[in-house]
Amino acid sequence: MPQPRAVDSASVSAKEAGMRFQISKLDFFYGAKQAVYDVSLRIPANHVTALIGPSGCGKSTFLRNLNRMNETIRNSRYTGEILLDGQDIKHLDVVKLRRRVGMVFQRPNPFPKSIYENVAYGLRINGFKGRLSELVEHSLRRAALWDEVKDYLHKSAFALSGGQQQRLCIARALAVDPEVLLLDEPCSALDPVTTAKIEELMFHLKDSCTMVIVTHNMQQAARASDFTAFMLDGKLIEHNETSKLFTTPSDPRTEAYITGRFG
Amino acid sequence: MTRFRLIWRKSLNVVMLTLTGVAAFAVVSVLFMILGYLIWNGGKSLNWNFFTKLPTPVGETGGGMANAIVGTMKLLFLAAIMGLPIGLMAGVYLAEFGGKAYSFVIRYTTDLLNGVPSIVIGIFASILFVLPVKHYSTFAGGMALAIMIIPITLRSTEEFLRAVPGSLREGAMALGASKWRTIATVVLPAARGGIITGVLLALARVAGETAPLLFTTLGNEFWSPGWNQPTASLPLVIYNYAISPYDDWHRQAWAAGLVLLALVLLTNIGTRVALSRGGASRGV
Repeated sequence: MPQPRAVDSASVSAKEAGMRFQISKLDFFYGAKQAVYDVSLRIPANHVTALIGPSGCGKSTFLRNLNRMNETIRNSRYTGEILLDGQDIKHLDVVKLRRRVGMVFQRPNPFPKSIYENVAYGLRINGFKGRLSELVEHSLRRAALWDEVKDYLHKSAFALSGGQQQRLCIARALAVDPEVLLLDEPCSALDPVTTAKIEELMFHLKDSCTMVIVTHNMQQAARASDFTAFMLDGKLIEHNETSKLFTTPSDPRTEAYITGRFG
Repeated sequence: MTRFRLIWRKSLNVVMLTLTGVAAFAVVSVLFMILGYLIWNGGKSLNWNFFTKLPTPVGETGGGMANAIVGTMKLLFLAAIMGLPIGLMAGVYLAEFGGKAYSFVIRYTTDLLNGVPSIVIGIFASILFVLPVKHYSTFAGGMALAIMIIPITLRSTEEFLRAVPGSLREGAMALGASKWRTIATVVLPAARGGIITGVLLALARVAGETAPLLFTTLGNEFWSPGWNQPTASLPLVIYNYAISPYDDWHRQAWAAGLVLLALVLLTNIGTRVALSRGGASRGV
């Protein structure tokens, strides 16, 4: 049975914004099991793109292709093309790629080090020679965490609350000044107040950063993103401006999902 | 019928509770009996001379075991510098790099090596390090103990590294850290406490080994000047003195036992204290 083609109206209206990522015909496999089918998607710079869809639809797997994190999984492979600013990421040095494309994970994963060392980590491993303390402060301010931790910089990161830990992880990712920030369900382990803080933070980061966020939470996608892509069973069903996708979805499956009839 | 089963269930409960409780008590009491007996018998012959003087010939009172104490420390030092790096690195390999088949072989071999009786390791070390040079030495004894340390360290290191959550590795790699950088700067520090505990247990375990030293270090009534001569060691002295017919030597053996135990306990406690202090300042 022929599947209807993904409706990609977003790329038209966002053309003037410039594209950060251009993904075409991406297939991804865990061993023999295919998890992503023929996904083509353009991610506009300095905007937030949300990936929504039910559990196991391949949205996290898709996201982890953008900084080649899936390479750490044995026997995984992809076909298709992922261009970052027009360059194929396959040919980029993975260290440089991950410096340009930062990532924040579902559960806060601070290192067993001090708050300061957590933020400085990315700079240190990239051989940064300069005024470390200034950049640490700058990154913590960008992550809206500075005022809460400035007196405890050398305390363990584990002493922070879950929401603070997640903002610390965002600061850690921001410290190397990435062009893109990938967020893999960053709020699923957090309470609503903290979630609101992180969404506000994302709004301010748009000036300097392109963001792709995977979320289970449709309200979050509606609130925090400019573009939304809906995935189902490893396929991209629909991609559009968030306001359009949530009000006038063009695919009946998108409509069924966003109105809560499944998922 | 149901009433009978209720009584049966309850009494079974009581019986099993008692049996497991008695077993647990037996474990604790054995340990305390050993400790008490050692302190009671060994404490009497412990004095300053014991730590500073050489053993005296039979019949002469006094004397000490300074050479055996130093000998044991030298043996442990050798075992540590030769065995620990291999055990630690192989543990890192198994936990972080190893493929399926090769890892299985290493793990299985390690468990077998762990189960080899220590006297067999003594013979093995003797063939490798004593026969070719035709004399006993501290070095050969250290090698025998190093062989015993490797599998214990390897397995405990592997276990503790595996317990480090994968999300930490991903976090570091997402920042552009290479695999080795991730292990060295994030994974190993996270598992540090556990790994050091494993190392201490391994050292404590071999500190009391007698059999591997019988054919490698021989024993020595005097100071052992370097690494290439026979040496005294606490376990060997305990063995020799305990089977001797002299009451005087029996008392010395008890004292040596107490010193050996104290040596192991003190290193253990000392390291733990140092670790918890260092950990607090580093925020672990």
